[in-house]
Amino acid sequence: MTRYPMTRYLLSRLMGMLVVMSLVAVLVFILTRAASGDPIAVLLGDQATAEDISRVQKLYGLDKPLPVQFGIWVNQLLHGNLGDSIFLQRPVTQALWERAEPTTLLALMAVAIAAGIGVPCGVVSAVFRGRMLDQLFTGLAMLGASVPSFWFGLVLMQLFAVGLAWFPVSGYGDPGATLLERMYFLVLPATVLGVLNSALIIRFTRASMLDVLGEDYVRTARAKGLSESVVVLKHALRNALVPIVTVLGLTVALMIGGAVVTETVFGLPGVGNLVVSAVLRRDYPVIQGALLVVAAIYVVINFLTDLLYTVVDPRVKY
Amino acid sequence: MKLPLSLKKMFRRRIVLVAAVCLLVVVLVSLFAHVVTAYDPNDTAVSERLSRPSAAHILGTDELGRDLLARIAFGGRYSLTIAALAATGSIVIGTLFGLVAGFFRRLDAPISRVVDAMMSFPDILLAIALVAILGPSMLNVVFALVLVYTPRVARVVRASTLVVRELLFVEAARAVGVSTFRILWRHILPNLMSPILVQASFIFAYAILAEAALSFLGVGVPPDIPTWGTMVAGSQQYAHQALWIVLFPGVAIIITALSLQLLGDGIRDLLDPRLKKSM
Repeated sequence: MTRYPMTRYLLSRLMGMLVVMSLVAVLVFILTRAASGDPIAVLLGDQATAEDISRVQKLYGLDKPLPVQFGIWVNQLLHGNLGDSIFLQRPVTQALWERAEPTTLLALMAVAIAAGIGVPCGVVSAVFRGRMLDQLFTGLAMLGASVPSFWFGLVLMQLFAVGLAWFPVSGYGDPGATLLERMYFLVLPATVLGVLNSALIIRFTRASMLDVLGEDYVRTARAKGLSESVVVLKHALRNALVPIVTVLGLTVALMIGGAVVTETVFGLPGVGNLVVSAVLRRDYPVIQGALLVVAAIYVVINFLTDLLYTVVDPRVKY
Repeated sequence: MKLPLSLKKMFRRRIVLVAAVCLLVVVLVSLFAHVVTAYDPNDTAVSERLSRPSAAHILGTDELGRDLLARIAFGGRYSLTIAALAATGSIVIGTLFGLVAGFFRRLDAPISRVVDAMMSFPDILLAIALVAILGPSMLNVVFALVLVYTPRVARVVRASTLVVRELLFVEAARAVGVSTFRILWRHILPNLMSPILVQASFIFAYAILAEAALSFLGVGVPPDIPTWGTMVAGSQQYAHQALWIVLFPGVAIIITALSLQLLGDGIRDLLDPRLKKSM
């Protein structure tokens, strides 16, 4: 095995990922089964008799012991079946798929904004460490991490959508809207998510750059008489980018689920909005499915960024 | 009054001192809300609805004519209590799991994998799902936030325990026959206080933000309890007429969360000067 370190590393990471995913499934199952209020009673409403309830319980397999229920559920999962939404009367996978586009587009735009602000500010902060600019940017980063997203969204909406009418107040455009038109609807929500998440990117870029700027090869580059901008941008930033890319990847993953609040503020028909309405209607299959899918996306992106890390930085040992 | 040397050192950074003062003001205003304002947070006065900030109502009134300062001051009691309980709960439970995972090699893998699994859910999504499952109430919000933040604490404490466990004084304690419990309690735990305190202040800040977000979404504390989050949620449709009704509760949240994070930073610099360089 030692002859193929990359294969061994891949296999062990893959196994780790499978273990975590299995635990995620167990956690989601326990959580939803521990729910207060019987989902069947919710489904059937107040008029249902005890007989009705037991009949439907049998239909959904809820009369069986918990381990058996878990087995059935996992079997369904492995066939890509997340169950049916109680309220929407549709498969959960279909409901999630229909809502995936706005959320994914929002997350990508927000990460682009977060990186656009975070990386340059972080680099400047590191280069001018301890000086005014550094203190300003690190202060702003901390401020960004202290602002509630719903509040920032409401304020931006009042200023730029209601007041100046530069952007639409809410929604995602007509069903036949082009991608560009849709992106126009996402400018404000993506700004909210992007600006607030840039805080993390600033901190991370700064730390990563400070690490790299202390390295010998940076000193060598300076000793060779290279200009400071070449040293910072070509020699330091390129190497500092490796961990930054990892954080950006994880930020996309976290945003897909974390955009819940922003989507609600701006009335975007995304996954987050679906979850919030599912919670208000106690539509457990949707909550269960959304939790599983979002956690799976996080685990997979985590795995992929880890791989990318080893590919981009040859010093990382398998 | 003489401050201990460590506090003096921490407050030498003026911004940390300002943060501490701000936090103290927020806590005192909430504690002595009945002294700070003569208004009852639930008294409605329709004739004075949506009035601008003035001498009579320093921060203005909301859509039902309720005094905003009174609501923010009394609301702070709930927001701060929920966040403080969530931070305390997750620190206690997370430290316990982190210590056990870091010290007992056999338990490390199972605990760490559960922590990994729990941290695969975005904080807010997990909190929403938990409150949905438990039912909306103040105590359930606390419980949900404890569950959300416990893995975060456990991960940090585990990492620090792994380092401290290998230090010479632990080996020495073991060699002279000190019991495992005593090693953990008297020798390892005191050396973890720095990361634990830093985590506590950050989690307090995150919990303030998370509680507000949950209440805003309508899945947190019931809307009749005036927390900073429910205030923004209840008034948002009037924001275009009177921006201050969402502005001021938000500012209260920002001041509190920012002060807590700055304090956390100050504690980290004080207790662990090595970190100062990189972060």
